[in-house]
Amino acid sequence: MTDTYPALSLVPKTQIPVTAKDFKSDQEVRWCPGCGDYSILSNVQSFLPELGLARENIVFISGIGCSSRFPYYMNTFGMHSIHGRAPAIATGLAISRPDLSIWVITGDGDSLSIGGNHLIHALRRNVNLKILLFNNRIYGLTKGQYSPTSEQGKITKSTPEGSLDYAFNPVSLALGAEATFVARTIDSDRKHMTEVLRRAAAHEGAALVEIYQNCNIFNDGAWEPLKDNDTRDDTLIRLSDGEPIRFGRDGEKGVARLADGHLKVVDVAEVGEDAILRHDSTAKDPGLAFALSRLANPRTLTNTPIGVFRDISRPSYDRLVREQLAEVVAAKGSGDLQSLLTGGDTWTVA
Amino acid sequence: MSKQVVSLNRVVIRFAGDSGDGMQLTGDRFTSDTAGLGNDLSTLPDFPAEIRAPAGTIGGVSAFQLAFADHDITTPGDAPNVLVAMNPAALKANLKDLPRGADIIVNTDEFTKRNLEKVGYAANPIEDGTLEPYNVHAIALTSQTVEALKGFDLTKKEAERSKNMYALGLLSWLYSRPAEGTRAFLERKFASKPTILAANLAAFEAGWSFGETTEAFSVQYEVSPAPLPAGTYRNITGNPALAYGLIAASQRSGLPLFLGSYPITPASDILHELAKNHRFGIMTFQAEDEIAGIGSAIGAAYGGALAVTTTSGPGVALKSEAIGLAVSLELPLIIVDVQRGGPSTGLPTKTEQSDLLQAMFGRNGESPVPVIAPQSPSDCFHAAIEAARIAVTYRTPVFLLSDGYLANGSEPWLVPTVDDLPVIDPGFATGPNDVTADGTEVFKPYKRDPETLARPWAVPGTKGLEHRIGGLEKADGTGAISYDPENHDLMVRLRQAKVDAIADSIPGLWVDDPTGDAEVLVLGWGSTYGPIGAACEITRRTGVKVAQAHLRHLNPFPSDTGDVLRRYRRVLVPEMNLGQLSMLLRAKYLVDVQGINQVRGMPFKSTELVAAITAAVSSLQGGHLPAGDLHATNA
Repeated sequence: MTDTYPALSLVPKTQIPVTAKDFKSDQEVRWCPGCGDYSILSNVQSFLPELGLARENIVFISGIGCSSRFPYYMNTFGMHSIHGRAPAIATGLAISRPDLSIWVITGDGDSLSIGGNHLIHALRRNVNLKILLFNNRIYGLTKGQYSPTSEQGKITKSTPEGSLDYAFNPVSLALGAEATFVARTIDSDRKHMTEVLRRAAAHEGAALVEIYQNCNIFNDGAWEPLKDNDTRDDTLIRLSDGEPIRFGRDGEKGVARLADGHLKVVDVAEVGEDAILRHDSTAKDPGLAFALSRLANPRTLTNTPIGVFRDISRPSYDRLVREQLAEVVAAKGSGDLQSLLTGGDTWTVA
Repeated sequence: MSKQVVSLNRVVIRFAGDSGDGMQLTGDRFTSDTAGLGNDLSTLPDFPAEIRAPAGTIGGVSAFQLAFADHDITTPGDAPNVLVAMNPAALKANLKDLPRGADIIVNTDEFTKRNLEKVGYAANPIEDGTLEPYNVHAIALTSQTVEALKGFDLTKKEAERSKNMYALGLLSWLYSRPAEGTRAFLERKFASKPTILAANLAAFEAGWSFGETTEAFSVQYEVSPAPLPAGTYRNITGNPALAYGLIAASQRSGLPLFLGSYPITPASDILHELAKNHRFGIMTFQAEDEIAGIGSAIGAAYGGALAVTTTSGPGVALKSEAIGLAVSLELPLIIVDVQRGGPSTGLPTKTEQSDLLQAMFGRNGESPVPVIAPQSPSDCFHAAIEAARIAVTYRTPVFLLSDGYLANGSEPWLVPTVDDLPVIDPGFATGPNDVTADGTEVFKPYKRDPETLARPWAVPGTKGLEHRIGGLEKADGTGAISYDPENHDLMVRLRQAKVDAIADSIPGLWVDDPTGDAEVLVLGWGSTYGPIGAACEITRRTGVKVAQAHLRHLNPFPSDTGDVLRRYRRVLVPEMNLGQLSMLLRAKYLVDVQGINQVRGMPFKSTELVAAITAAVSSLQGGHLPAGDLHATNA
């Protein structure tokens, strides 16, 4: 296990084999029937045993919103906190407890609207957190207002004539914050999500995983073009490291780089296979990953890449904190409280 | 040449100059040398919020006041005996505080036409009779400094910058302060800049020699050491004392210290002080905002650290929701609020006590939080340890209400012995704490200690204690989400009862009533301790009986508070706000206390309080006292 997940080397291993069932808490799951959150919960519960970690050393921390009820259903340590602040709370825990595997569960409103600040700072600092961002492009728990990822012109209760806001693209945002790991997956694709979770868990530092999730009550079908058998081959681009970026029913379409550096979707037969860009999530410069994140049309969802956009190595913030403290102690010795209190400038009264 | 030496009991000096003149440094140095001499002392720095306000303006004046004495003192003094005014603005801004006959040392070089115009002096006050009531020493400090540094490889501007050391040398001579401390300080500070070091030393010596030789000063003064309790002393300001208290609490509890903080005046120095002490393993996290400051601290508390967030009033407002979460999670957390003038941005560098009600009630729902306040700069140390004790023992956020005066003011401190400090037991949960009907051992995260009503602190990594907590209402015992009306009513009452129970662990209200039969009680909290104590002393010297009481614990109050209040015919409550403690006392005890309220960004002057106390006492003896709150007036 240690070899597969070096980033988790400080987290104690489980002494007894665990299964998905061990990660189910005694709480009744209360999402709406048909909600995409169910499949994410089930996937995470099925995936976690693979890490081989002691269950008591796994922590789920969430904010507020439908997705943020997630920790209640996990038989691990967990905290359902306040709106948007989960990354900040998890940061304090990660700095002080290197022996924990910490997962942040958040939604598009929680992490991109009220908590936008904490998300970008956790990402730039590279705190050792795995952040699962459930994006359903709507406010569910408050019953259906538009969210910061809703497409412009969205008709909702709070925008009867259509929303005016330009939407966030969470992957672009994370790459802009120079996150060291950025990926996207879909609630209904169990195999793909598991593979992305595996790579996120193996990553040292902050990992942002955007999960396209369906809210069947307030925004049903938001991601349908990516799921529907008839349309998905032509809309979905599966990123795979080392492979040419091709899609379409017969792989007839591809992504090529133009002379001016921009990316373009091209006909493979027309440009030839050698002209097709090979995906490399480990590229130091986030430029190409960012360009890939801009390919999708936010309204029609055509040319939507999923997979790992970026996965580079940079020491995590919490590790740097520990190393710096260790260096100070090595250089100056451990603190002595009595000499601190006494200080250097004293006088004696007899 | 030796001059006549006159002994004084108490001196108050105010150094005042432009923000860039180094007045805070000068004051600090004079304070250190005075402390080393064994005088009791108290200091009051007073500086603008701007780092460098326009030069020569009233708004840019930075001042440092210091009182030192051969006896126990508790305030930096009401009115200076000596004003050092480095420019016309410093003179104009401070003249109104000087009693007749006070000494004024003015730097004549800065009294140019342009500088005089800047502050609205039509004529030079040194020459036009304005300073007639005072004992003026007009000295060309700048040019004498430049003259003294002639042989050095310095530009005129660089040489001029040493004028504060020249002034310090002069004052050190005038009050017979030892020079070794300042010499050693300069040698440390300018170790890598030999020319600047030599220049500053030379300026200091030149100021000293000028005092010895000039006819401008006919006498030299001395102030004997104060008879303080035996022991080792140091001088300390409130913010470092508070930081040391947190470190001590960490060591005495065995909990790693975590600070999540966002820079804000006047609290930032606590962050700096803790960051300076990383060798104690302290984790200092400068967060992206106030909310992340407390958020990270809550996360660290959840993980088993002694978690702290430090801020001032506006930051508390931002943290309110997270404080409510900590109340609901019932995790130990210390929230340090170094109060400053409000509302909004208010007066960032000035002191006030106007966050008491915010600390008490500034959250949604029934959200009780214990509140404690230090009473002097060095007491910030002990108050921080007490805040940690309450937080850890009762699994609760605790407010520690310091203020700008305590943060930056200083006093001698009898250095405590570490072994004498209280030990704090974290008492982590290690295993199941309940048994179900079928005999299964289970862990209930909200099962309470019967005495303290505190819940278990079960940190991640503890096998078998996996559980989920959150801001939603929890079922009593199990901590599972509960919307049950009866359960909510119970949980609200339990959280309140837990905070109320803290009163069982604290001493009774401190009262100083020397004759035991005073009819007037002056009750304060926080930094008003010094001015109230001094005012009571002065009042008693006139034969008037008055009692003093001081609250360290504001929530809950000591159990006997109501009894104490009812023992006196009249209770006066001086506060640097419009009556926040008065409101709490009236509401809780139905005692009609009378507030003495000021919000001028400065601590009370004892003489103002003396007048109010005297009026209250005489009203009971047949005199007339106006109804309602009293206004302290300028004496």
